[in-house]
Amino acid sequence: MSPPSNNLKDIPIYTQAEEAYSVGNIRALLAEIAARLEKLDENGETGMIDLNSLPFSPGEYEQLRQILGQGEVSARIEAIGPSEIIETHYPGVWWVTHYNVEGDIVADMIEIARLPEIIKSQPEDVHAGLERLKAQLNE
Amino acid sequence: MMDHETLGERLAQQGVSRRAFLKFCTAMASLMALPPGTATAIAEALIKARRPSVIWLSFQECTGCTESLTRSYSPTLESLIFDMISLDYHHTLQAASGTAAEAARETAMKENYGKYLVVVDGSIPIGNPGYGAHGGVSFVDHLQQTVKGAAAIIAVGTCAAFGGIPNAKPNPTGAVSVSDLIKDKPIINISGCPPIPAVITGVLAHYLTFGELPELDELGRPKSFYGQTIHDRCYRRPFYDQGKFAKSFDDEGARNGWCMFELGCKGPTTHNACATTKWNGGTSFPIESGHGCLGCSEPHFWDAGSFYTPLSAPTVNIATIAAGAAVAGAGIAVALGVADRAKKRRAQQAHEKMTVKDL
Amino acid sequence: MDTQQLMDFVRGPGLQFAAAVFVLGMVYRMLHLILLGRKKNLAEPRGGEWGPGLRTIWHRSIQSVGLTPRGHFIIIVGYVFHFGFLITLLFLSQHIDLLRTLLRFGWPALPPGLITIAAILTIGAMIALLVHRFTDPVKRLISDYQDYLTWTLTFLPLLTGIMLKQGIGLGYQQMLIVHITTVELLLIAIPFTKLAHMLTTFSARWYNGAIAGYKGVKV
Repeated sequence: MSPPSNNLKDIPIYTQAEEAYSVGNIRALLAEIAARLEKLDENGETGMIDLNSLPFSPGEYEQLRQILGQGEVSARIEAIGPSEIIETHYPGVWWVTHYNVEGDIVADMIEIARLPEIIKSQPEDVHAGLERLKAQLNE
Repeated sequence: MMDHETLGERLAQQGVSRRAFLKFCTAMASLMALPPGTATAIAEALIKARRPSVIWLSFQECTGCTESLTRSYSPTLESLIFDMISLDYHHTLQAASGTAAEAARETAMKENYGKYLVVVDGSIPIGNPGYGAHGGVSFVDHLQQTVKGAAAIIAVGTCAAFGGIPNAKPNPTGAVSVSDLIKDKPIINISGCPPIPAVITGVLAHYLTFGELPELDELGRPKSFYGQTIHDRCYRRPFYDQGKFAKSFDDEGARNGWCMFELGCKGPTTHNACATTKWNGGTSFPIESGHGCLGCSEPHFWDAGSFYTPLSAPTVNIATIAAGAAVAGAGIAVALGVADRAKKRRAQQAHEKMTVKDL
Repeated sequence: MDTQQLMDFVRGPGLQFAAAVFVLGMVYRMLHLILLGRKKNLAEPRGGEWGPGLRTIWHRSIQSVGLTPRGHFIIIVGYVFHFGFLITLLFLSQHIDLLRTLLRFGWPALPPGLITIAAILTIGAMIALLVHRFTDPVKRLISDYQDYLTWTLTFLPLLTGIMLKQGIGLGYQQMLIVHITTVELLLIAIPFTKLAHMLTTFSARWYNGAIAGYKGVKV
């Protein structure tokens, strides 16, 4: 019997990137990322790839993490649960992962842009914040 | 009174930032398998929408479907769906009860006639109206009255969609599904026992975004979630294809994660999103946890033979019938054999010896 | 009737009926055959009956000395069909699951890839034999509707089985219903057609050997 303080989340999960298990999805995905990055390079056109819908054999997801790696920027958003955004080794290729309050992944995507949409301040929030600041100044 | 502010106004009141809502719409787009870039468009559409009135009717159910949708107490992205709708009537979740609750329902129907959504969980007993009633009104009447001005009906769970467990043999209450009773309204069946909560949310989000029901299969289920079988997307499929099957629970094959076809898994004949969307926020699903699929999103799954009989094996006893048939066959053969012998004997006795004179 | 109810039928009462007809039919046919008896042979026996009878069953299975090319073709392709059919039927995991519920014991299965090869070879052999039946003038002359009917009833389970296994054609559930239905049709037809040769071959060969042995022929 496990000790009472043991939480399911405390049990570590190890997944390792295995060459042997690859079914070739990574190559195809990298090719698509390259194509979209080219568009960004030429005329600033942004793109998004939803990783949720892609089939990954065990280990391929970790392989993708290893290949894309982590670049200079990492950001964390707290909006009804955390979201983690990193720029990969390839500038303009961002990895955006949204979690809910319980820590489950609700969206996972590669965004090709100079800056992911979700990081930018939304116009409506800017307006609402302005009202609050004005109210603060008037006190 | 019903509040009919827009979603944007309501979110602003609750202190939910536009960024948080954009995150929610990104999750919804991913769930509905829409291109990720449409999240912004979804957000714009939903923000301006007046929250539609939803009347939730619960009949012969175990409340598992409601539980499935309302799993946690803290605000979650899934529960934001409740901000997108105006849930005007729900037995378990609403504060009012008795005549006040019924009055709320009737007001919602009147004010939103032709535009409100009806969500149903549980099957409807027609054997005797007394088997289920709210304040003296039978479930059947309740359903038929409430759907009169509905824009669409969402049958949540296998009970509402196909009859479910009350409908299983011998069906003592005469339980039927929503589509057995209502023929003149668009019905979408979100089957499963319970359905995956994300599917319920996804369908509601689709309806709210596009104003129409998603594409349905021949059983009225949304194709985007029920278009493929568990078998088609099962991660243990390579073992099935290689013929590596677990023979019993917890044997070596089972521990190696081999296919559970021989343990009765109904994955090949079951349409649902369990293998991809999974349960509890993508944690696992029955097969990944070591038990074969029960086929809970298919009609009559309770009566489809044992959960542990493989799909290639019969659901009834064949051996006894075969033995009986062998005995019967033998009996007929003996009877006819005796008759034939008697005929032969008679023919021999009647045989007249030929003489030279006959030639 | 919706798909689920059709599935329950073919896995339930449908199979019971087909199994009953098959067992009753075959038992009746074989027993009646034996009980019919033979005409009393008044000649002196010059040899045994049983030994030559049993030896003939074996010899007729393998003898091919002096056969024409056509004969060789029939024997070889015929064996490919029969062995392939039996391997597909008896050594696919899913079929063993079915037989285990009837016989209360099972046996190890062969890898599914091998079974696919066996099934394809069996189908190829069947098509070759059908083409032969069409093109050979003697065969075409003597073939009647029963020959083509039994060929079709035997071919359909093989074809639908391969389609089910490889995921070709209809979805899994519908293909499974079709496959089981073709099997049930085959089972029902066997006792009433020449397909009963699965048992009568052995009694017929025994009888031929017995006659010869009685007359003193060295078999």
